[in-house]
Amino acid sequence: MRTIRTPAVSLRFSERALLVSTAMAALTVAAAVATMVTGDFPLTIGEVLATFSGNGDGYADFVIFTLRLPRLITGLLVGAALALSGAILQSLSRNPLASPDIIGFTQGAATGAIAVIVLVQGSMTATALGATAVGLLTSAAVYLLAFKQGVQGFRLVLIGIGVSAMMLAVNSYLITRATLESALAAQTWLVGGLNNRGWDEAQVVAAVLAVLLPCALVLGRRLALLEMGDSAATGLGVNAERTRLALLVVSVGLAAVATAAAGPISFVALAAPQLARRLTGASGPGLVASALMGGLLLVVSDFAVQRLFPTTQLPVGIATGAIGGLYLVWLLAHEWRKGSGT
Amino acid sequence: MPKAEPTTGRLRGSDLTLSYDERVVVSGLDVEIPDGSFTVIVGPNACGKSTVLKALARMLKPRTGAVYLDGEVISSYRSKDVARRLGLLPQTSIAPGGITVGELVARGRYPHQRLLRQWSTEDEAVTAEAMRLTGVHDLADRLVDELSGGQRQRVWLAMVLAQQTSILLLDEPTTFLDIAHQIEVLDLCANLHEDGNHTLVAVLHDLNQACRYATHLIAMKPGVGVVAQGNPADIVTAELVEDVFGLPCRVIADPETETPLIVPLRRQRVTQTSGA
Repeated sequence: MRTIRTPAVSLRFSERALLVSTAMAALTVAAAVATMVTGDFPLTIGEVLATFSGNGDGYADFVIFTLRLPRLITGLLVGAALALSGAILQSLSRNPLASPDIIGFTQGAATGAIAVIVLVQGSMTATALGATAVGLLTSAAVYLLAFKQGVQGFRLVLIGIGVSAMMLAVNSYLITRATLESALAAQTWLVGGLNNRGWDEAQVVAAVLAVLLPCALVLGRRLALLEMGDSAATGLGVNAERTRLALLVVSVGLAAVATAAAGPISFVALAAPQLARRLTGASGPGLVASALMGGLLLVVSDFAVQRLFPTTQLPVGIATGAIGGLYLVWLLAHEWRKGSGT
Repeated sequence: MPKAEPTTGRLRGSDLTLSYDERVVVSGLDVEIPDGSFTVIVGPNACGKSTVLKALARMLKPRTGAVYLDGEVISSYRSKDVARRLGLLPQTSIAPGGITVGELVARGRYPHQRLLRQWSTEDEAVTAEAMRLTGVHDLADRLVDELSGGQRQRVWLAMVLAQQTSILLLDEPTTFLDIAHQIEVLDLCANLHEDGNHTLVAVLHDLNQACRYATHLIAMKPGVGVVAQGNPADIVTAELVEDVFGLPCRVIADPETETPLIVPLRRQRVTQTSGA
C-alpha cells in the first residue's frame, strides 16, 4: 500500500494494482500502434506520426482517420464500457459469473435489434436505438419484478435468468418469421463486431463514457462497502438501496451504449473484471483496472481478427471469447495449483 | 464530548411498530438507551429483539413511531452523519475475498472520508488504535479469510471502532463463537464500556452472560414487547425468567461476580399414563 498526502488530498492505493494497470495501459498502446501500422496498407510509425501531426499524405490520412482509428477507438471504449458494466454487476450480485446477460439486458437488446431488422427493415442506427430501448426496458422490468423492500442480488439474478429465457424465445420466434436476408442481418448483429465502425459510434460511446465513467468511479467506494452486506454498508453510512439502484443504472447504461455501438460482444463483461481482479489482487471491485483490461482485451482481439483472418471479416466476439477465455482458464488453473484461488 | 445526564438517552425509540411485510413483530414499543450504559436486550426467539436493534440502527423503517438520535428523527440525518455517531456490528457480514485485516478495519473510516480525502494521517492513527484495542494489530497483514472465528469477530469489531462513534450497536456479537471467544468478545465490550466513551447496545442469547455484563437489561417477550428493564440485579428474578422464557429456574448470585445467575430446575420426568 502506498499513500499520497497533500493538505487537501490523501489517497491510498496498492502498488501492485498501479503496476498492473500501467502494464495494461502500455500493452494497449502497443496493440494500438500495431493496429495502426499493419494491415493491407502497411504504414511506418513515422508515417503514422506525420499523419497525426497533420503532415501525412491523403492516402495515409484515409487509412488512419477513416479506416483504422475510429474502429480502434470504438473498440477501446466499448471494451472499457462492457468491462465496467460487468465489474459493477459482479460486485453488486456477489456473483463472479454476472454480466449484463443476467439482468436481462443482452437478450432484451437482441429482441429490440431483431424486431427492428425483421419487422421494419430498419437502418443500422434504428437497430442500435431499438436494441438500446428494449434492453433498458427489459432491465427495468427485471429490477421491478425483483423488487421487494429492496433488491437482493440473488433475486435479481434469478428473475434476470427467467426473463432472459423468455426474450430468447421471442428472438427465436422473430427469426423464424424473417426473410432469409433479414435473418442473416439479425444473425450478424447478434454476433456483434467492430466491422465498418466509424466516428459516429466512437463519438456516441465516448460521450456516454464521459458521463458514466466518473459516476462509476465515485460510486465505486460505496460499491466496495456493499460487498460486505447491506447491514455493514448501512452501518458505515451507505444508503444501500439508493446506491444499488444508481449503480445498476450506470451499469446498464454502459452495457447499452456498448451494445448499441458494437452489438453484443461476448465475454468481455464477464472475463475482464475477473482478470483484472486476479492480476491486481484487489479486495474491491477494481473498476479502473477492469476498464483498462476490457479496453485491452477488445483492442488485442480486434487486432487478431483483422490481421490473422483479413479476408473473412471475422467478428471480434469470437476472438474475445477465445483469447479472454483461454487466458482466464490459464489464470484460474494456475491459481488453484498454487492453492491461493477461491 | 460533553457527558450527558445519566437519565437521558441520546438514542431512543418512541411508539415503535415494527413489521416485516404484513407480519407485525413489535407494536407500540417505547425504548430508551441510557447514555454510557452497556444495554443488553434479551428474550426468547421471535420476541423481536434483533428487530428492535435493526430499527435503532435505521436498518428497518418503523411502520409507526420513530427512532430519535440526539433529539432528531434518525431518518432525517444523512446516512453518513448517523454513521459518525452510531456504529453497527451486524449479525453477519461478508469479508470480501482477498482483503487483509488492515484494509477491512480501514473501511470503518468511510464516514469520515471524502472523495479526495481517503486516507488522512488521522484515518491511519485511528485504524491502528482500533486494531490495538481489539488485539488484532499483529494480524494487520493477514487475510481475513485465514482467521479463526474469534479473531474475525474482533476484526469486525475493530472496523466498527475505527468509525469512532460513541454509540455501538452489536447484533448477537457472540453467535458462532465457542465459549472462550464469547467471553473474549464480551470482555472487550466491557472494557470499552468501562473506558467511559461508549454506549453499547447488544442483543445476546445467553441470559447469564447478559446478567453478568449488562448495566441495563431489557427483557422482551413475543407479542408483548418490553416486560422489564433496569439493572439486572434489580429485575432478574425466577418469576421474570419463567414469565419471559417459560423456564422454571432458580436465580442465585454468580459466585464470580455476584450478578444474577439463572439455574434451570431439575427436569421432572414425565410419567407415561396408559390409555386416556
